[in-house]
Amino acid sequence: MATTEIRITGFGGQGVILCGYIIGKGASIFHDQHATLTQSFGPEARGSACSAQVVVSGDRILYPYVTAPHVMLAMSHDGYITHKDSMAKDGIILYEKDLVKLEKLGPKQKAFGVPATRIAEELGRKIVLNIVMLGFFAGATDVMPAESLRKAVESSVPEGTEELNLKAFDRGYEYAVKGSKTKAEAEVA
Amino acid sequence: MKADPKNVLTGAHYLDGNHACAEGAIAAGCKFFAGYPITPSTEIAERVSRRFPLLGGVFIQMEDELASMNAILGAAWGGKKTMSCTSGPGFCLMMENFGLGLMLETPTVLVNVQRGGPSTGLPTLPGQADMMQAKWGSHGDYEVIALAPDSPQESFELTIHAFNLSEKYRMPVLIMTDECVGHMTEKVVIPEADQIDLVERRFTKKKPGEAWPYDPADDGGISPMLPVGEGHRFHITGLTHDHRGYPVINAEAHEQNVRHMIDKVVKNADDIIWLEEKDIDDAEVVLMAYGISSRVMQPAIAKARKEGIKVGQIKMVTVWPFPEKRVRELASKVKSLIMVELNCGQMFLEMDRCAAGKCKTGLVGHFGGTVHKPEDIYKAIKESIK
Amino acid sequence: MSVQTKQLEERVHPMEKLLRMDRIPHIWCPTCGLGTTITALAAAIDQMKLDYDNIAVVSGIGCTGRVAGYMKVDSFHTTHGRSIPFAVGLSIAKPKTKVIVFSGDGDLISIGGNHFIHTARRNMDITVICVNNFIYAMTGGQVAPTTPLTAKSATSPYGCYEHPFNLPLLAASSGASYVARWTALHIRRLTTALKEAISKKGFSFVEVIAPCSTLYARLNKLGSGLDLMKFYHDNSEIKHGADLKDVDIEFQSKITVGKFVDIEKPTYLECLNANNKRVFGDKYQPYGG
Repeated sequence: MATTEIRITGFGGQGVILCGYIIGKGASIFHDQHATLTQSFGPEARGSACSAQVVVSGDRILYPYVTAPHVMLAMSHDGYITHKDSMAKDGIILYEKDLVKLEKLGPKQKAFGVPATRIAEELGRKIVLNIVMLGFFAGATDVMPAESLRKAVESSVPEGTEELNLKAFDRGYEYAVKGSKTKAEAEVA
Repeated sequence: MKADPKNVLTGAHYLDGNHACAEGAIAAGCKFFAGYPITPSTEIAERVSRRFPLLGGVFIQMEDELASMNAILGAAWGGKKTMSCTSGPGFCLMMENFGLGLMLETPTVLVNVQRGGPSTGLPTLPGQADMMQAKWGSHGDYEVIALAPDSPQESFELTIHAFNLSEKYRMPVLIMTDECVGHMTEKVVIPEADQIDLVERRFTKKKPGEAWPYDPADDGGISPMLPVGEGHRFHITGLTHDHRGYPVINAEAHEQNVRHMIDKVVKNADDIIWLEEKDIDDAEVVLMAYGISSRVMQPAIAKARKEGIKVGQIKMVTVWPFPEKRVRELASKVKSLIMVELNCGQMFLEMDRCAAGKCKTGLVGHFGGTVHKPEDIYKAIKESIK
Repeated sequence: MSVQTKQLEERVHPMEKLLRMDRIPHIWCPTCGLGTTITALAAAIDQMKLDYDNIAVVSGIGCTGRVAGYMKVDSFHTTHGRSIPFAVGLSIAKPKTKVIVFSGDGDLISIGGNHFIHTARRNMDITVICVNNFIYAMTGGQVAPTTPLTAKSATSPYGCYEHPFNLPLLAASSGASYVARWTALHIRRLTTALKEAISKKGFSFVEVIAPCSTLYARLNKLGSGLDLMKFYHDNSEIKHGADLKDVDIEFQSKITVGKFVDIEKPTYLECLNANNKRVFGDKYQPYGG
């Protein structure tokens, strides 16, 4: 069965690891896939650039690390630059529009931006930008049904913040569905 | 005996190997944990410290690993199921009193989340290079039991198994996991408490004055323990001792003491050793591995099989005692045995020794810091049939 | 057999009920300070009418480390320096058991020094008895962190030139609830101190200045063990509540003894229970073993 490698990158404090955790949880607990999350540890995980990697597959994942991610969620320019060259040739880059300055893509690569920080700020809490990114990811890819990921968000965020986070997720999702070509194409098909 | 439902977080969770290990300990009834922070094992201690207060357990962060190892022995004699975790240099510091645990015949569980070494090495990256230290790291002759999980699910299950083995054989049991498994997050399904079998502490049924700490059990098996505070007023020592626990400093007593500790494991090896074998019957080449390496080798094996190469595999769920008998059998049947491990050849030495020249042996080693590339394992398979 | 020998053989040692008579004779040298110290502990336990079943003695390695092997209570002979952390685990698992660590200066303060200060800091409910003979005796008389300046040892043959620890100051500044020092010949006062220490809720520490007749006395030409024991006793000055900065021990000079610290403060387990109660409220079942 198909395997999807996903990398989430950003700087410490943006909720990069939580993003990876929620994707993995959505795929393995709320959908019927296997999902393995690995993350970079050490000083880099405690402040500056950090990244989380998720492998999602219909079969048991034997090799736990990503090698050429099919999807990248980029929440910082540094992270994007560090990891862009390792992307799959037909990979999709989902990036935070105001934080990442996109460079030239490979011929088969695609990229879609979302103003996740501004959306999060509109919701009153900049901190939910990672959840906006997740909603955007749910709308722009077909790794798992959006509902699975939404459930993973609901069960992973701190108690009392569910409503805000789900709103953030929905806003990211809507942005992808309305603004993203791939999604539009998918819907037509 | 079944697990206490209060201790069991039944359900499907998305956990890393370290958190799953902590849940395994809690489900097994661990009620005392002494530890010292060290990457990449600390999450085990952190989770236990969060979970214990409402479960009647005590977590204590000790001043160092020497203290942690001793505290879990002291509390084990105080009647608790106990555990500690560590990595790298911390494992070195625990070795002295791991030996005390063996000598006192104390049930406890010690987890080593292996990282790259020697010295500070690679604190945040995986290795499997403490395998010989696990076997020989404390001074003197002894046998150990060590388990190697390959996933968070197995980290949960094998931690419970480690507690059970430690009670059954009345000795410290090691979990030799690694940074990759410890920090990898996957789905972990925790069953209902009544699906979890536990081995409980066996205490003597004899009256005070009649029992000694190392009396053989009535059936001649592993001695039951003496409880503290119930009038036995017994003595135990790290010195060579007799069944009374009294020091006896001579060659005969030492032989008897050490032989007893070794026999517990060697004579029960068939009960302890747990191998998962696949495609062995027609195999010309057999790959052996444990922990994360036993997972990573599988794509290479599948690829070779697809090409018609007769490859079999053995995943060593228990790494110590080494499956000597099985390797000897296979060596006279197959063309080649290959060990896949994240070190420069440790368990390979055991495999090579047991093969005793009857077949080719090979090592797919790795210095650690990451896991093997499946293509390197595949190349080794191809090489072995040339 | 003479009548006198027969009488002697039939006599029962007054502390027999607390000693493993099946292990006597012991390994210690004649006139070692351990004899009186153990007698004082046995007397203290006896006078306090403690249930022997609820006492545990934990020792490390060295001459004093062998004490656990002769006390007829639940007793644990651990590794060098590690008696305290073993006792910590035991004490937490069995809070109703009086856990007494009985070991030497090298064991408790050198190799085990880190455990000593941290266990005092936590105010763990254990009693630590340190028999200080200023030397590593079991291994043949090497210099210790307690050896007074200029004193000779097997590894300070030209005299010790390292500043020694002041144990009461170390214990008190680390957080001990009870600190006392006596010599091995202050038997009555030592017994009283041990009773107070054992009754004390929290970390209690008693230093016992004792002669090493075979090594320290011989290497420093100080006469017999008995001479040295008397010297320590006769040159001690009782000063309860002394300023601990002033209780350093110099070579063959005055030794300040007395009860230095006797305070009340919550123990490790009391703090643990109070904190969990504060956080979890009624959901929390206080830990009691």
